[in-house]
Amino acid sequence: MFQKLLTFVGGIHPGENKNFTENLEIEEMPLPKSVYIPLSQHIGKPATALVKKGSIVKEGEVIATAEGFISSPIHSPVAGTVLKITTGANLSGVPKEYIEIQVNPEGEKVFMEPVDWQNNDKKTIINRIKEAGIVGQGGAAFPTFVKLSPPPGKTIDYLVINGAECEPYLTRDYRLMLERTSDLIEGIRILMKAAGVPKAIIGIENNKPLAIQKVTEAAKAYPEIQVATLKTKYPQGAEKMLIFAGTGRKVPPGKLPLDVGVIVQNIGTSLSVYDAVVKGIPSITSVMTVTGKGITTPKNLLVRVGTQLAEVINYCGGLKPEAVKVISGGPMMGIAQYDFNAPVMKASSGLLVLASSEINEAVETPCLRCGKCVEVCPLNLLPTRLAKLTQMGKFEDAEEYGVTVCMECGSCAYECPANIPLVQWIKLGKKEVSKIQRARKSS
Amino acid sequence: MSETVTTTPEVKKPELKLTSSPHLHSTWSTQKAMWIVVISILPALISGVLFFGLYQLIVVFVSIAGAVLTEYAIKYFRNQRITITDGSAVITGLLLGLIVPPNFSLVLVFLGSVVSIAIGKEVFGGLGYNIFNPALVGRAFLQAAFPVAMTTWSKPEFAPDAITSATPLSAWKFVDGGEPFFTATENLFYGNIGGSIGETSALAILLGGALLFVLKIANWRVPAAMVVGMLVFGGIFHLLNPENYPTPVDQIFMGGFLFGAIFMATDWVSSPVTNKGMYIYGLGIALIIVMIRLFGGLPEGVMYAILLMNGFVPLINRYTRPVIFGEEK
Repeated sequence: MFQKLLTFVGGIHPGENKNFTENLEIEEMPLPKSVYIPLSQHIGKPATALVKKGSIVKEGEVIATAEGFISSPIHSPVAGTVLKITTGANLSGVPKEYIEIQVNPEGEKVFMEPVDWQNNDKKTIINRIKEAGIVGQGGAAFPTFVKLSPPPGKTIDYLVINGAECEPYLTRDYRLMLERTSDLIEGIRILMKAAGVPKAIIGIENNKPLAIQKVTEAAKAYPEIQVATLKTKYPQGAEKMLIFAGTGRKVPPGKLPLDVGVIVQNIGTSLSVYDAVVKGIPSITSVMTVTGKGITTPKNLLVRVGTQLAEVINYCGGLKPEAVKVISGGPMMGIAQYDFNAPVMKASSGLLVLASSEINEAVETPCLRCGKCVEVCPLNLLPTRLAKLTQMGKFEDAEEYGVTVCMECGSCAYECPANIPLVQWIKLGKKEVSKIQRARKSS
Repeated sequence: MSETVTTTPEVKKPELKLTSSPHLHSTWSTQKAMWIVVISILPALISGVLFFGLYQLIVVFVSIAGAVLTEYAIKYFRNQRITITDGSAVITGLLLGLIVPPNFSLVLVFLGSVVSIAIGKEVFGGLGYNIFNPALVGRAFLQAAFPVAMTTWSKPEFAPDAITSATPLSAWKFVDGGEPFFTATENLFYGNIGGSIGETSALAILLGGALLFVLKIANWRVPAAMVVGMLVFGGIFHLLNPENYPTPVDQIFMGGFLFGAIFMATDWVSSPVTNKGMYIYGLGIALIIVMIRLFGGLPEGVMYAILLMNGFVPLINRYTRPVIFGEEK
């Protein structure tokens, strides 16, 4: 049956490179000797440690607690002994405070009681999601319960599930859709009930026909859950692009999906919700794709939060000599790593090791105003203009031209034939503009 | 931070790169695009040689040499990075060589290409900073300084007697008292007509254009807007007075329209960056061409039309800022 592919205007078509790992089943990585749990895993206030040096902790025990509205508790992913609480390497590139726990493989587990979600109310479910420490696994790691509790007066009529996985190389959402299809559907139903949303759309790019088929099959019994086949195009999984493709609604600059009646959740997040509600398991693991030409044995791995990158890399056979870049996340928006002591976080979705043949290091040449960046920008910005205004220090003009709207997807820099680091300039511009905006507010 | 983590396993760590995202880049570069543009112009060069003789190769070669040497010299004396390998000076020379009359003076074409690069491009700061299309600046200079040489047309090689050496445009416009002369569309298409070296064969130009559009080097919006503009503006006048004004379709195949539409107006540097801007730019060029051709003192207006619209590009860019996704108009 012919189905019209849903998508957005603009975007790019980088090589998908999913073949390294798309056919590999998710494998559970053995416990490391120690784990290093960052206290700050998302925007908002860092959690406060509840343990101290020498504390014996159980797997699943709360070791740090939430403070403030946008904050989430942290559970110990292993049983063991707290060695120290100190500051060290973090995936963000900036050293952060963490709790080091020496693993005791024979230690105890304390998971929560399952919640019978069908016979409980919204509040109980949301509360469970909150106490399980679930955060969005799409990148920003926003606490999930916050998204599920819209301010009064806002009606939410769509839950959009992000199965696009538009970042090249990454296959974790794909594997999760294939391997945990029925859990995923139940997780979505739980989310729908928690947020009181009548309709859910699962958006999947058409380069994953097997996932589309399996998920559609599993969702058949629930007419309120629909699968939308999306065109394979980057950044199809960006929140605004996904909402537009799935519902035709446009989230205005500076607004949230809530403002157009939509909540977006990731595949991994939906499964964490299932685990927390149906099985009582808090957020203590992350499924990540370890891939790229620079890693010896690419894998889809289930890893305990707090496992150091070095452990993950070693488990995958180590780096190949041609490895030149180690990235946390995908190749378009991930962060390059320099310290393999950095631990895996709740929202880690991939560890990409690029070989020299996979990156382009051409020299930057002058802008020829070819307009390719303008053509591909999914948000209709003028990347070349924004970059130039930033270079010239004209931040007020950059603000006027919408620099803060940029979501840093990188399409412009990918496409630029002159190799101008457009997004990098724009990121700088955003930073400067937000400084100005803050100053304006306080004055 | 000072404490060392004892349990960390050893990973053989190569020298790592730490740039900010995105970590991938398309395989395109300015240089690659430029050399493909050079290839795309070759069919037009071949058609020129076929219709007007091997000598045209020398004309074009001298033009390219003039452009490349000028760029080299200026970059050298200004102590800047020598950029001749990026292909853009070659394009300018090649284009200029193809928009002068057949058997053109080698000295003059050299002079023209020096002006193209020196005044059309390097004065502004080099590639990417120029406002006007460099090749057209060179041609405008030649047209102004050497009007006779620029309008002395040789007959094409295989010209049947019926075909004069005059270009179809001047044959139509500057007839001695008699009826305007309309050249057969078929001849206009293959290029067996009088005209500039590379401009006569629509077929050869479209062949090169196809390459540029398929590879998305040239944005299709500009030529498309020019064609639509010609059909509309040229069509109106043709309908008003079919005896005097050629059909818009013939006008598309006449003179430098197609060559200009595909190789000149699509020049990245001197055309707008926004989609809407490209439409306005193309339509504007077509309107000016029609005005000059039908009412001006010159037989041809493509060059001036493009140069004029080049001047409007900064303004067009400013006023065609796209509406940001999700923003109200």
